[in-house]
Amino acid sequence: MGDAKDILGLPKLGERGSTEKRKTPKDAIKKPDGIHREVYALTGGLPPIMPTLDPVSIKKRTLPSKKISWQWLPFSTSARTDNLQLYHWVRIIDDSQPSGDYAFAKYNKVVDSIRYTDEEYNQLLVDSSWSREETDRLFDMCEQFDLRFIVIADRFTPPRTVEELKHRYYSAAKAILQARAGPNDDLSDHSFFKDSYNVNHEVERKKALNIILSQSRQQDREDAEVIAEARRITEARLKAKGLEESQVSTRAALHVDTTPARLPSPAATGDISFLSVPVTVASTTSVQVTPVPTPASAPSSTPVQTSAPIPASTTPVSAPPPVGPRPPRVYLRGAWLAQQIHSVVSPAGVRTSKRVDQMLEEYGVRSKPKVPTAAVCAEHLELRRELLNLIQLQKQVQYKENELAILRENPYAEIPATPNTPKRPHRGLENERVSTRATAVGAEFEGFPSSGKPSFHIILVQ
Amino acid sequence: MSQAVVGKKYGIEQTEVSAIQRMQRVKIARLVDDNDKKPMVGRVKGVEVTIPIVYGSISFWLGKKAAESTHKWTTYVRSATNEDLSVLVKKVVFQLHPSFEKPTRTIEAAPFELSESGWGEFEIGITIYFHPDVGEKPLELFHHLKLYADDESIPQTTKKPVVVESYDEIVLSEPMEASFGRLRNHPVARVTGNPSSPLVLPAAGESSLDRKGRDTKDHALVQWFMKHSEAEDLNLLTTARQQVWAAAAKLKKELGSLENEVLRIKATTH
Repeated sequence: MGDAKDILGLPKLGERGSTEKRKTPKDAIKKPDGIHREVYALTGGLPPIMPTLDPVSIKKRTLPSKKISWQWLPFSTSARTDNLQLYHWVRIIDDSQPSGDYAFAKYNKVVDSIRYTDEEYNQLLVDSSWSREETDRLFDMCEQFDLRFIVIADRFTPPRTVEELKHRYYSAAKAILQARAGPNDDLSDHSFFKDSYNVNHEVERKKALNIILSQSRQQDREDAEVIAEARRITEARLKAKGLEESQVSTRAALHVDTTPARLPSPAATGDISFLSVPVTVASTTSVQVTPVPTPASAPSSTPVQTSAPIPASTTPVSAPPPVGPRPPRVYLRGAWLAQQIHSVVSPAGVRTSKRVDQMLEEYGVRSKPKVPTAAVCAEHLELRRELLNLIQLQKQVQYKENELAILRENPYAEIPATPNTPKRPHRGLENERVSTRATAVGAEFEGFPSSGKPSFHIILVQ
Repeated sequence: MSQAVVGKKYGIEQTEVSAIQRMQRVKIARLVDDNDKKPMVGRVKGVEVTIPIVYGSISFWLGKKAAESTHKWTTYVRSATNEDLSVLVKKVVFQLHPSFEKPTRTIEAAPFELSESGWGEFEIGITIYFHPDVGEKPLELFHHLKLYADDESIPQTTKKPVVVESYDEIVLSEPMEASFGRLRNHPVARVTGNPSSPLVLPAAGESSLDRKGRDTKDHALVQWFMKHSEAEDLNLLTTARQQVWAAAAKLKKELGSLENEVLRIKATTH
């Protein structure tokens, strides 16, 4: 603030006195030497409670105790076989030079080259496709180029493939080693024997690699799809195995799966066919499973279908895998009952199931029994079935009353046949009701409703 | 999974898998399907073993002088008849609220219970693991821990706990032979059905587990255990069924008369 006033040139009352005053306190405050005033002011103008660094010591640095200098010296390395003398800078500490081999000599890896004698050649290595000269040349090159077969293949006359060269070299080397090895030597640890060279496999592998690398983007995508599909199918199958789905569907999958015996050519034209095959597998198995009235998921219909939706109940919701006719291996009866209820009631529709729950309440029965023993569960399930039946009966009675009312109004109205089975969802009935009214309104005298009698029979027999 | 199988078989890199995989897909599919066949061996067919259990919690109020933990509660899984469950159950894992230290508590010996002190109500996850020779997956249950009684007019007392128990039954259908021998003569289980396959079952008195001190008949809290009887439910259900049956019969009669009416009208007019 004082500085600002100075800049502005404004006279300040008692300015002189204050500047003088300022000088002395500044000197008084300036305690530390070695660091600047402002830096010291960062600590709040006071010495820190815990002296971290002695401010005096910051500027000084301990001089190294040893004497270090650098010298331009010759050196030798074990990696070189000639006696070439090279020079480099060497750090000298206290007049003593560092000892030891050149630091980078350890990186000079050498391949042990194998050479055979004439007898060995004649005994072990005579081969129909390889002449002596060629084999000699091969071995020379291997030594020269450190077994870099790509380079050797480029320079080899007559030109041979890399796989052929490798095959010849490795089999020859193995034979030689085996012959040379005494009964005590253990060759099984040698890399030639641990990872034996399989020429046919190598040829196949490189061919396959080539195919993949030369594939177009389109084919890449197709491949990815097929693989994903296969993975999904295997996952779904594993899930089915875990869920202990009935064996029928898995056997069906087996049959369908073994039929696509035609292998698509490596040119990947058959990819799409494979895509369709898993799909057909899915559809056949799903078709097989639907007749079984269960909320269970078909094993391969869709990738992710978890176990059947257990109706919302806060207490025991142990999840035994849902299977229609056969119960899971281990389960809690309460939860199992809940699933059975669901499978019985759900085909009838949401409204009906709510109605069933309502009626249970009217009779004072809990929608989930408190003590689910076998007998209680059986009774409960039966009760629900009977309630369903009752509801359907009520609907039929209503329908009949409607029919009666229409007939009374218009005795010649044609009432279409209603193949009324208890299993049919109530929605169907409503449609019929609407249609009868429509026909009644616009009805003409069409004569005897010939369809009448059969429908009545069906209803009565029920 | 099939990719891994192929990879291992031929020791080739992942990038090459797809090409070779296409050529080998049929073989692999066959492999997988063979593994899918369920092992039905070693199971007693036509038999069901029922083990009635009760699980729940008992919670005591610790009084006015209690600190932050106002209640001491015990959650447990016990046999409905207070028998020893360890013949079937290997361990029970209680999953508590994450605010508890080490919320996953494993109880490996009977009685399968856990006592803690706290102030909050939460849902306890109970997983029952069976012995390996039962060969089944663990069962999961949930129980809401109740500390405060419903009736708020009655002041809390340290003498009477809040007890919530739920009854359920573990059903082993077509159990493994190994465990069946052990279970069939143990009072904890009830066996229904007739074994359809010829079995060589161990003799009746061979339950080698020492039952002393493992059942809950003399448990400290046994006085608070609730009685679970199917009688009430059964009576309710039978009465309801009778009523429903009666209503259905009435409706059928009505339907019949309506039918006749319709027929009559049709007959007169046609």
